[in-house]
Amino acid sequence: MRRYLGSRLLQAVGVVFLVTTLTFLLVHLAPGDPLGAALDRPGVTEAVRDQWRQQFGLDRPLGEQYLRWLANVPRGELGYSFSHRRPVRDVLLDAFPRTLLLVGLALTFSFALGIGVGVLQAERAGSPRDRWLGRVLLLLYSVPDFWLALLALLLFAYKIPILPAGGIVDPVLHDYLPFGRRVLDRLAHLVLPVLTLTVLSSAVIARHQRSSLLAVLPSDWMRTALAKGLSWRDAVRRHALRNALLSTITLVGLSLPALAAGAVFVEKVFSWPGMGMVTVSAIGARDYPLITAGVLIISVAVVLGALLADLAVAAADPRVRMR
Amino acid sequence: MNGFLAAIRPPLSRLARDGRARAAAVVLLLVIGAALLAPLLAPYDPTAQLDIVRLQSRPPSWAHPLGTDQFSRDVLSRLMWGARISLAIAFVAVALSMTLGILVGAIAGYAGGLVDAVLMRLVDTALSIPRLLLLIAVVALWEHVGLAALTLLLAGTGWFTVSRLTRAETLVVREKDFVVAARMLGASPWRILTRHVLPNVAAPGLVAATLGIANVILLEAGLSYLGIGVRPPTASWGGIIQDGAERVGDLWWLTLFPGLAILLTVFACNALGDALRDALDPRQLPPPLGDDTSPQRR
Repeated sequence: MRRYLGSRLLQAVGVVFLVTTLTFLLVHLAPGDPLGAALDRPGVTEAVRDQWRQQFGLDRPLGEQYLRWLANVPRGELGYSFSHRRPVRDVLLDAFPRTLLLVGLALTFSFALGIGVGVLQAERAGSPRDRWLGRVLLLLYSVPDFWLALLALLLFAYKIPILPAGGIVDPVLHDYLPFGRRVLDRLAHLVLPVLTLTVLSSAVIARHQRSSLLAVLPSDWMRTALAKGLSWRDAVRRHALRNALLSTITLVGLSLPALAAGAVFVEKVFSWPGMGMVTVSAIGARDYPLITAGVLIISVAVVLGALLADLAVAAADPRVRMR
Repeated sequence: MNGFLAAIRPPLSRLARDGRARAAAVVLLLVIGAALLAPLLAPYDPTAQLDIVRLQSRPPSWAHPLGTDQFSRDVLSRLMWGARISLAIAFVAVALSMTLGILVGAIAGYAGGLVDAVLMRLVDTALSIPRLLLLIAVVALWEHVGLAALTLLLAGTGWFTVSRLTRAETLVVREKDFVVAARMLGASPWRILTRHVLPNVAAPGLVAATLGIANVILLEAGLSYLGIGVRPPTASWGGIIQDGAERVGDLWWLTLFPGLAILLTVFACNALGDALRDALDPRQLPPPLGDDTSPQRR
């Protein structure tokens, strides 16, 4: 276990190092100034620009800047966001818990939903039920994330206005509401983003769950379970499902990149001020430090999430540890 | 290329009998046809502002079946021209990334040792970074990314899975007797690659390419929706949605129709990919209930 843990940890550190290097290269290879639009304002003279560049260490040799960047990232020194007029770290610290809430809820719901649908399909593989569910899942799998979010917005916020169109709380009324109504207000703002993200990611999970169930169905222990008189349904739900769940834990890690991408679009559409929206909004403002830090932190979070999933699998399955 | 054809023929005839694959092929042919014939079929110039006063943001009508946008441009025409852009980017990007992936995978698998270890570690790393975010960072920082550059970027971030597939297949084929024999007879690595490795990778590669096209269409649409993919005024599916996104409650036709076009095309690609996978490897099929003609029952 310790050796597995070590090698897996080393690999994750390698990935984080590479992503950090990559973002540095991106910023410095790209045309234009690493400070982005901050220097473009009229009235900012060349002298002021030079002073700023000096202040942010941009006049130093590239090698030194790179080492500084490597040293700064682990300490959370990610630069200064000009569009927010705050350190990037503070902007992202505000945004991160919001994304975590959104993604955490969506992940929980979509696993419940995805596993359920996968079981329903695998139980009767090849039946009309399986085929129709398969088609629906493939359709959901093909939906552009941002379009589904826009449709949900169009339908439930404009055509049938039962839910708020975006944000975390009602911008005007929230502070004047009694406590209970304030909680309801927050929940109502969560419904559409979480629902959209759940629908999007449960399609992937169900497809995977179905195939991992089908892979274990021809096992000897399934035959034993059936031979001792268990019904097909019970054998699938009690024996096969447990055995297939291991690969489902791996799937948590594998689905994180897609989930992160989905969250970017869902946050943007529903103006949910999380990591994705903050990063994407920074594009319009050409706030380069915020863009790179946003991409860096989301990527690192995805890598760490995958690491946690792998460790969970190793903890649950001795065969993985021994490898 | 005879080996390649021989490897691909039986699955192709299985594919032709698959209703799902036929429906997907029809949809794709329609979309490709609309894209190719856009200059002839499209009722208006996709970038022409027809009448900014009277035709601004009109809902669907007989003259403009899919409505007009806030610059009074005809949405149907933009949709058809947008198909050209989206499909061209997807096909070229996937062709490039397939070539690159097969090349890298074959080199890694054939060379083995340190080359293999380094290449595959890099591929693993690349696979764990969310592709969309990487693209957002590059495109946003470079600001004026043209169509060619965008295509290259999509290709450059899409070859990792294919190289893994090719490598795995190369490792298997490399040890086969006929390859050892070919090597003994003095066949060059290039000949072994093209005659023996490629025909065996062709099957999974074809599936990967079909799914890759779906993926690239989605990515390009997403970037264009964010305003950093295909730049206005050039029509693209994601771009039309972007045009209407700020006022989705009023201008629903700008969201609905291009989205349906993306969904239909991507769905057809994915369905074709799934059907292709089943046709190439019948063992993966679920056991059909009460169907004794299936090749293998579990």
